[in-house]
Amino acid sequence: MVLVSDALTKRFVWSGIFTLMTAPLIWVVYLAYTNQLGADPAKEIVDDLGQWAIRFLILTLCASTFSRRLHIRVLLQHRRMIGLFALFYVLLHLFAVATFILGWRVDLLIRELTDRPYIMLGMAALLLLTPLGVTSTKGWQKKLGRRWSTLHKLIYPATLLALLHLVLLIRASTLEAIVYSFLICLLLTERLYKNRKSKKRKSELRRKPLT
Amino acid sequence: MLIGKPSKILSSEITPESVYLSRRSLLKGLGVVAGAASMPAYALTQPQSSDLPLYPGPDWLRPKLDSAKTTWTVNEELTPYDSVITYNNFYEFGLNKEDPYERAQNFKTDPWQVEIAGEVERPGVYNLEDLLAKVDIEERIYRFRCVEAWSMVIPWLGFSLASLIKQLNPTSKAKYIEFVTLEDPEQMPGQRSLFSTIDWPYREGLRMDEAMHPLTMLAVGVYGQAMPPQNGAPLRLVVPWKYGFKSIKSVVQIRFRETMPQNTWRLTASQEYGFYANVNPNVDHPRWSQATERRLPSSLFNPRIIETTMFNGYEEVAPLYAGMDLSKWY
Repeated sequence: MVLVSDALTKRFVWSGIFTLMTAPLIWVVYLAYTNQLGADPAKEIVDDLGQWAIRFLILTLCASTFSRRLHIRVLLQHRRMIGLFALFYVLLHLFAVATFILGWRVDLLIRELTDRPYIMLGMAALLLLTPLGVTSTKGWQKKLGRRWSTLHKLIYPATLLALLHLVLLIRASTLEAIVYSFLICLLLTERLYKNRKSKKRKSELRRKPLT
Repeated sequence: MLIGKPSKILSSEITPESVYLSRRSLLKGLGVVAGAASMPAYALTQPQSSDLPLYPGPDWLRPKLDSAKTTWTVNEELTPYDSVITYNNFYEFGLNKEDPYERAQNFKTDPWQVEIAGEVERPGVYNLEDLLAKVDIEERIYRFRCVEAWSMVIPWLGFSLASLIKQLNPTSKAKYIEFVTLEDPEQMPGQRSLFSTIDWPYREGLRMDEAMHPLTMLAVGVYGQAMPPQNGAPLRLVVPWKYGFKSIKSVVQIRFRETMPQNTWRLTASQEYGFYANVNPNVDHPRWSQATERRLPSSLFNPRIIETTMFNGYEEVAPLYAGMDLSKWY
């Protein structure tokens, strides 16, 4: 009885998070469809999807911190989905650049990829995140064993690359970059602090089944 | 890599004034036949039907606008009125493109005073109305290329900067001209932002020969009416062969100088923005390419990517820069 209601609750929460994380996409599609994005909808869509990608990466990093510090376990329980959504928005962001800004003009695509430091950083972030998406299944988790969590530490360099990608695009406002940098610093500091704690506690945490 | 050579604007693309004027007389004729008494006889470019506000402007300006004639045009599709007045970089009102439209509607632009200063015969503070008393307003349809690699085609109303400079009689020491935008944090929320990297007020400058070039204009209107506040009312510069940031808005000071003035974007990031800022497809911005541009409004699945042309297609200004290395003087 208790088990069933737990499962139901989990299912319900899962649907809730899924809906919330799909909402930004639906919203921007709606705005585009109803012509509410102004004279340059391409740029609006690209910026918006990129912003959500980095926000969801940060949210993924929040999962374990929230569990450890605030005993809020809901993010950790759904970390796989949150992480996959982050990757999904990164891919949508890239697709929007290629389609709406560059019109799939191969010469422009190649030039952007080879000449622009911020684009190279963004692509590097995507390259690091892709294997994490691929190995996010239970099967891969089992197959890789302890190496799985080592591999998934790639989210740290990926997030930092994404942040740098955004910082290099700043023209005049530093507000968003400051907020994201602050949050990422906070989350990384918490991890450094945690790692200094006794090894025993750390290994206990690691052995807990990831749900 | 295959990067298309900038295509030249054919002289055949530029509509001769006589043809343009005859088109207008045809329109005028049609107007009479149709009995459309409300249609103005001069038939300047008018806004397409739009739900957005119109900007008739102050009483003293209206007759000047109404008697304007079209003197420059390009054979390219105009950017629609709605895009021109809602998509603006005017950081004094915020960093998003729609911020100026949303936040500038109560910006007071009449009465307006402009200080004429520096190496000039009669420095002083002038009412805009008096400053413009002797100039004739023209309509000029110019391409407008932003440093952010988007572009528009805009029907400005204004006059040659040269005609004003001649009235003001600068001294022989005047080698440059500097422009300053209003600084008024009460009215301009962007100037109150803590996260802006810009040192207000916004300032820009031109070399004297650039300022005297017949293409360089001071604009007081757009689309057959007064300048909307978000587009830089009541007085802004338009230099069509330079990136848009040179075309400073809401000017309150014009100073004639012996030395090269600073300009805001060069002060903010000098490795990215120079003094000259001529449109140049061969000199990339350090962070993005300037070889192509997107003509706005953009359509999602068919982005209107066009090749950027040297001096934005205004090749007649090339002699101004003879012998200069434009990759150094960007």
